[in-house]
Amino acid sequence: MSESHLSFFKPNPATRKMLHLVQEGISAGFPSPADDFKELRISIDQEVVKNEEATFYARVSGQSMQGAGLDDGDLLVIDRSQEPENSAIAVCFIDGEFTVKRLKVEKDCIYLMPENPRYQPIKVTEENQLQIWGVVTYVVKKV
Amino acid sequence: MFALVDCNNFYASCERVFQPQFEGRPIVILSNNDGCVIARSNEAKALGIPMGAPAFQYKDQFKRQNIQVFSSNYALYGDMSHRVMTVLKRYTPNVEIYSIDEAFLQFKGFEYFDLKVECARMRKQVKQWTGIPVSVGLAPSKALAKIANKIAKKFTAKTQGVYVIDTEEKRIKALRWTAIGEVWGIGRQHKMRLEAMGLQTALDFVGLPDDWIRAHMSVLGLRLKKDLQGLPFIQLEEIDPPKKSIATTRSFETTVSQWGDLEERVATFAVSCAEKLRKQRSNCSALYVFVRSDPHKKGATPYRNSCTVTLPYASNSNLDLSKYALTAAKSLFRKGIHYKKAGVIALGLTPAETRQLTLFESHVGKHQALMYTIDKIHHRYGPHQMKLGNQDLKRTWKMRQEHLSKRYTTALTDIIKVK
Repeated sequence: MSESHLSFFKPNPATRKMLHLVQEGISAGFPSPADDFKELRISIDQEVVKNEEATFYARVSGQSMQGAGLDDGDLLVIDRSQEPENSAIAVCFIDGEFTVKRLKVEKDCIYLMPENPRYQPIKVTEENQLQIWGVVTYVVKKV
Repeated sequence: MFALVDCNNFYASCERVFQPQFEGRPIVILSNNDGCVIARSNEAKALGIPMGAPAFQYKDQFKRQNIQVFSSNYALYGDMSHRVMTVLKRYTPNVEIYSIDEAFLQFKGFEYFDLKVECARMRKQVKQWTGIPVSVGLAPSKALAKIANKIAKKFTAKTQGVYVIDTEEKRIKALRWTAIGEVWGIGRQHKMRLEAMGLQTALDFVGLPDDWIRAHMSVLGLRLKKDLQGLPFIQLEEIDPPKKSIATTRSFETTVSQWGDLEERVATFAVSCAEKLRKQRSNCSALYVFVRSDPHKKGATPYRNSCTVTLPYASNSNLDLSKYALTAAKSLFRKGIHYKKAGVIALGLTPAETRQLTLFESHVGKHQALMYTIDKIHHRYGPHQMKLGNQDLKRTWKMRQEHLSKRYTTALTDIIKVK
């Protein structure tokens, strides 16, 4: 192999200059006065999600809670960390189905109250399998 | 004190949160591709469905006994697991996530707390917030906490899901109750040897002399003995050690017999391994590739083969892993075989920072920048957006999932509907 095919280059330490690494990039203009005041953009989660681990979502189907502002297709925010109390709006599982209603706690029974005159209250007796799944804390609707 | 928190029948419980009608009814969950049973509810266990039961063999029994079948829904299980673990971290800063449904908690400096009361509160909170039932075992060491957990789970009605080993009397009783093969850390080999020696319970094991255990079961066995004596020798591992091998193996939805189809699958598996490697900042230095025909197909030629290729340099690049995995697969490929499964396993993992330089390969740096960019794009726009030319853009893990439930917590289109 002739010498012209292969040539070795060695770095010459004498000519190597150390340069600072500038992370930000340099522009010739005036530096942005907003840089020191950067904040995170608002997220709706900050308002509606109190405990991430306990937050679930559901979609409303039907008009039984129209009077409470829950329309067909609305998005519900459910916070399972909240204790269900009298007059809370809750997602319940009763007789094989999820439903959203207002709780009305009486002495020896619970009523699931719709907010639409066209629907009947559901009286929960010992024969029904009721599970109060979670308390509704917010409703997201399209205007 | 240590607590072991274990979710009861975790996969089945996850399904029941969103489909409460299956509460109290038998449920089984199938593996990827609906192959075999990987999880069972208590009711399904009572009906005698064994772990690993092939789905096609038990199909009639599922139907006859009204057993609800689910495909595994890892998007759901992963999110629910994360929720449970996050609630647990509210109770102590020292948490070791041991598996998708188990965590060790260490309580240091809680002398003035009644830990049994705390654990009962924790159990209640996990159930209310996430819907997942858990059992808690509390003891002075991890190995004992594991046993306490078994007791809590086995006698739920009596223990209310929380059991504490806090006296010598309870410890001895618990050890006597535990069969030697059930002890955490005693594998099949040791179990057979110890049973052959006439040992039956954990208490018998603790009675063995230190020297014998050290000689036959190494220092790990000795640590286990001390742990079972109530002296915490096994420490909490809060940071995951990097995995020693990484694998992506899948059964195909249908069998394939063309090289082009097999090539596509193997390339996809290799790329998946490369992504996992980069995630834990490792390189691999060899690849093990295997292919297998359908064992249940009658009349077809059975075939299974595997080979290992050594990479010329350690790498975690999609391009390198795909290239070498395909070299291996090509050598395994035979015409006329109906392939049902393939896999790529990355071996010889080394930290990505300490890569050995080689003389003839100098493009690794280039790959690094490319892979970094691909990972960034995937992070922003979701996975599987960019692929190699030999991968199919449309499919990733096209699996048979005939009984898949919805992604109730990770996709807005899949959330529950309420009337």
